Amino acid sequence: MGRYVTRRLLQMIPVFVGTTLLIFLMVHVMGDPVAGLCGERQCDPATEARLRQEFGLDQPVWRQYLTYMGNVFSGDFGTAFNGQRVIDLMATAFPVTLRLTLVAVVLEIVIGITLGVVTGLRRGRPVDTSVLLLTLMAVSVPIFVTGLLAQLLLGVEWRLVPPAVSAAAPLDELIVPGLVLASVSLAYVTRLTRTSVAENARADYVRTAVAKGLPRHRVITRHLLRNSLIPVVTFIGTDVGALMGGAIVTERIFNIHGVGFQLYQGILRQNTQTVVGFVTVLVIVFLLANLLVDVVYAVLDPRIRHA
Amino acid sequence: MPEPRVSPAGDGAVAATGAGGAMDLATSEGAARERGPEGPPVPRGTAPGDAGPGGGGPVGRPRGLWADAWRDLRRDPVFVVSALVIVFLVVIAVRPSLIAGGNPLSCDLGRAQEGARPGHPFGFTAQGCDVYTRTVYGARTSVVVGVLASLGVALIGSVLGGLAGFFGGFWDAALSRVTDIFFGIPVVLGGLVLLSVVTSSTVWPVIGFMVLLTWPQLSRIARGSVLSVKQNDFVQAARALGASSTRLLLRHILPNAVAPVIVVATIALSTFIALEATLSYLGVGLKPPAVSWGIDISNASPYIRNSPHMLLWPAGALAVTVLAFIMLGDVVRDALDPKLR
Repeated sequence: MGRYVTRRLLQMIPVFVGTTLLIFLMVHVMGDPVAGLCGERQCDPATEARLRQEFGLDQPVWRQYLTYMGNVFSGDFGTAFNGQRVIDLMATAFPVTLRLTLVAVVLEIVIGITLGVVTGLRRGRPVDTSVLLLTLMAVSVPIFVTGLLAQLLLGVEWRLVPPAVSAAAPLDELIVPGLVLASVSLAYVTRLTRTSVAENARADYVRTAVAKGLPRHRVITRHLLRNSLIPVVTFIGTDVGALMGGAIVTERIFNIHGVGFQLYQGILRQNTQTVVGFVTVLVIVFLLANLLVDVVYAVLDPRIRHA
Repeated sequence: MPEPRVSPAGDGAVAATGAGGAMDLATSEGAARERGPEGPPVPRGTAPGDAGPGGGGPVGRPRGLWADAWRDLRRDPVFVVSALVIVFLVVIAVRPSLIAGGNPLSCDLGRAQEGARPGHPFGFTAQGCDVYTRTVYGARTSVVVGVLASLGVALIGSVLGGLAGFFGGFWDAALSRVTDIFFGIPVVLGGLVLLSVVTSSTVWPVIGFMVLLTWPQLSRIARGSVLSVKQNDFVQAARALGASSTRLLLRHILPNAVAPVIVVATIALSTFIALEATLSYLGVGLKPPAVSWGIDISNASPYIRNSPHMLLWPAGALAVTVLAFIMLGDVVRDALDPKLR
């Protein structure tokens, strides 16, 4: 296992370099970072040249990338448009988004897997059909519509929850945004668990377990679920990274000052440092989540051996 | 002949890149079946006209995968309903004037935010435009973006993935690493970064961006599919008879390996439509002279309390469209997956 993890970590390096380089290049074509620094007016050429030299923008792109990465690994992500250090922005933004993602993932696991098991064991019954219809609805209504409707109904009309999240973003205020963020993935987890459970429920080992006289809950939790959860774990693991990156829409609707909010601001103000910095961290989170999934695989399914 | 091994964890893994939701579902539900404990994965598809005993119907000529799939589809009410919705959408995308006489860009500020009235069943937007006309004209954008992006992704992904899977070796490894890199970028995020510089108000940059960021998903599917078909005896036999690589690829592998690509591309269509609306909502997709449900929803969201009709109609149309394509992809997958028969 140790060797496997080491090998996977080594394999992550080229992927990490490639992804960050791609983001770096994409942001590079995004616009001239100096142009935004003089406000609405045009910079005068002398100032512009001095700024370019000061920021190292006269260097070729690959050298800028190397310098940037060198700084990142020494913990310096640069400064945002208003002079704040990007790492300080991260320190305030990431905990908020992490809490939001945590709420979303917990909801996904608890509601999604429960619904999936219930429907998978009662395939074709009314419960199954209605839950399937619900998941289809959740998938087909885009998340920004779900969010706006949830905000309108729960927050404004019925006043059950505050319509916008306060700056501190405590967990209880994040439940509705978390549910909105998770809604699509929740539907997928449900359907994935349902397919998997329905398929494994016919397997020989389940029949054997029932024939041995094991109580129903033990058959389900120990035998059926353990085998059925493998694809679900993959989905949830890779979803963590996607949820953190995809929270832009949800954070915008509920005014949550997390990663999505900072990224959106950074893109609007053409602030290269903020965008590249946040995306780099998100990429690392995404890659680590994938690694974790593959390790958890071996725990869930001893048939998969990692040499 | 040494076959490149497909690792269970690496290749079956789901790629969740931001809004690529439905596509992930297709891949992962497929993976769930493939990784079932009952035994080794069954090779997908059979040669056309080679359904064998028990594969086709009880009497008559044995049917191939496609004829069988078509027979299944015609009987499926879900397919009929979603196909009818999609045909309707395509018709109004081609000729919106058939059911909406007005001009989506002619607005009268004096009637801003007014509700429904005769001749204007959906009411007016904040700019006084007719919501009904705009909703009808918005179908064109969604359908065009969805269809073209899916076609582009399917074409690029299957060519690159198929070739990599067939020839293996260095380019296969290189392609796998490149797809890994693209998987690391959340789609909505990449869209915000890339499209925020584009000033054009046409659909092309949006389509180009979608193809650029999502082709790896299709290429991975195509690669896996070609890898599994390649191992079949009929391919080895054709090779032994001296068939060239081109002939092998086009005549023997392509017809048998294309089904999963079609399934994922169909499901991806719904993802692309939702993604276009999301990007337009965020202000980086299509820009205002264009008519798009995402733009209308974005413009309506500040007024949602006083005049929800401005938001609900385009949102409803969007949801129905996405739903129709998801259901189509679902039934096509069921019909083309021989293991479910």
